[in-house]
Amino acid sequence: MKELTVISGKGGTGKTSITASIASLAERRIVIDADVDAANLFLTLEHNLIETEQFQGGYKAKINPELCIGCKECFKRCQFDAIFEEITENIIPKLSKQKDEQIRDNRISPKFAIDPIACEGCGVCVHFCPTVAISFERQICGEKYISTTANGPMIHARLGIAEENSGLLVSQLRQKAREMAKEQKIPLIITDGPPGIGCPVIASISNADALLIVTEPTLSAIHDMKRVIKLGRQMNAPIYVCINKADLNKETSENIKEFCVLNNIKFAGEIPFDRAVVESMKMGKALVTYSDGAASKAVKEVWENVKLFMGDTMERVF
Amino acid sequence: MIVTVASGKGGTGKTTVAVNLAVTAAEAITRTETIKATQLVIAPENPENFVELIDCDVEEPNAHLFVKPQNVVKQEISTMVPAVDMALCTFCGECEKICRFSAITMIAKKIMIFPEMCHSCKGCVMVCPTGAIKEGARVLGSLLTGQSSHGFNLTWGELRVGEAMSPPLIKQVKKTITCGSGRSNSISEDINNKLSIVDAPPGTSCPAVTTLRGSDFALLVAEETPFGLNDLALTVEALKKLGVPMGIVINRADNDQKGIIDDYAEKENIEIMQRIPFSREAAKICSKGLLLVNELPEMKQCFKELYLKIVSRITQNAKESKYKKTSTKTATSSSDNSIVGRS
Ligand code: SF4
Ligand code: SF4
Repeated sequence: MKELTVISGKGGTGKTSITASIASLAERRIVIDADVDAANLFLTLEHNLIETEQFQGGYKAKINPELCIGCKECFKRCQFDAIFEEITENIIPKLSKQKDEQIRDNRISPKFAIDPIACEGCGVCVHFCPTVAISFERQICGEKYISTTANGPMIHARLGIAEENSGLLVSQLRQKAREMAKEQKIPLIITDGPPGIGCPVIASISNADALLIVTEPTLSAIHDMKRVIKLGRQMNAPIYVCINKADLNKETSENIKEFCVLNNIKFAGEIPFDRAVVESMKMGKALVTYSDGAASKAVKEVWENVKLFMGDTMERVF
Repeated sequence: MIVTVASGKGGTGKTTVAVNLAVTAAEAITRTETIKATQLVIAPENPENFVELIDCDVEEPNAHLFVKPQNVVKQEISTMVPAVDMALCTFCGECEKICRFSAITMIAKKIMIFPEMCHSCKGCVMVCPTGAIKEGARVLGSLLTGQSSHGFNLTWGELRVGEAMSPPLIKQVKKTITCGSGRSNSISEDINNKLSIVDAPPGTSCPAVTTLRGSDFALLVAEETPFGLNDLALTVEALKKLGVPMGIVINRADNDQKGIIDDYAEKENIEIMQRIPFSREAAKICSKGLLLVNELPEMKQCFKELYLKIVSRITQNAKESKYKKTSTKTATSSSDNSIVGRS
């Protein structure tokens, strides 16, 4: 079983459209949408949802105002500015009028509360609270899905709004895919990676057999591609590059090709700008199933090249 | 005032909008026109430094490619990780017990530290009875500042390649924001003095949320595609949770016809503040790292209008929130409300 991860560094280079096409061209495969906080693959691959599972992310602390004595232990220790003083009416409703005076006279103490968005879930406040007023519970941070598509399963997810732990979620999706691949003897896992170079990206490419970088002929995309190549190299993954919307700036496209040659990166092809890409997206279909135009042909060529390259690298590995 | 340019989907033109907006705002002429049009006193104490641009997309910062800043100063940013003084360690195992991230463990008579897993909570330092755990450091990346020839400063962060956690670096970049409303509710106080335009990372998880907290206004750059709409809706949900007011810019608008983004915006009651038309020419200018407002007169006009709308919207918001503050003081504030003002 081989794992191919499609990434780009910069967002919006057409990564997901190309992944959807490749996933439609590959005969038997599992496809994963690892861009869990802005998942799009499901919009462009016809599928049937067959399984939903909750995603348990990190922990979050919560202070029980009835038990809080306002000692400030947690407030002083939290490194994430997640704890704040809350002397509001909704906590001590009856005393609201004279609360300032009462606090001054030490008759009531200020209460503390935790901002769930800022809480990192480190549990330090929980450990040090003298009255055990802080509860610490694992959060449901999203959902994981398994769907069927024409040529194999699709594993995707939805990270809750403003939730963290995207790296953990990606690792879990890939783990699930590996298990399914083994069980059902599926030879290939294709992962649509998130933009950037942070934790979900690292989780998407660690132990991948190959990376396909989708770039475009813009200064920004090249800059970002170089960073992602550096990351891929750190993680010892063979790297292939393809250029999307290559004809928008031919000169720059040539420069990218040259860069690939100089840096010993396999060049998988270039895809022209084509309105059919957006149209296929609007129809909820993969480009290669929707159109037979220039971009569709080019993506097919990219896929043939990637298959060839992957055969090569695998031979070298074994 | 802090205006954060965001979008759920990557590549919608966030950086293009942020950069061109900053250049537009930094022009004194625009300011005079703003005063005329909105009857606002945009009279900064220090007009030279009215605008600043902050690029918080630390994983893939791009604004500097367009701004081409001069006199760049670079500073290394690190975060705390534990360093154990083995001479003091009694192998009580307390550090391992408190660490939720498996970043410090005791194996046989050895303390193992995995710096890349550490969230810098300092729990191990606090809990160690002999003070054996000292504060070491892990490099997160760099913080860079330079001056644009258009008369504003650009500050950006660059995450070290291989570093997984971008929020701690984003927090450091945000600390450089000189206008005060990131920390308080006092929009109206510094509205005349400083405009901080922030370029946010894509997505709706921690990097984007860390950037967007405490903003006075979020400008969402949307693309008229199903992907664009899907991700826009996610960002809108996140902003509602954060309590940040917002407006939408449609980038690469095909024509003046209303599309899926308009329908959505109408349903959600979010203002469409501008449509930036699609042209191959514009795409080419951006691909070369050039500024639309410099190259195309119609874009100059387009961004001027956008800037004007944003400024008057924020001022209005400020007036309203001031009103709200005094009029709803006795109402029970939901826990959400108490969060909003904090950064
Ligand atoms: S769990 Fe950690 S981050 Fe959360 S409030 Fe407690 S000390 Fe702060
Ligand atoms: S600082 Fe916190 S996360 Fe880091 S090793 Fe210590 S306990 Fe673990």
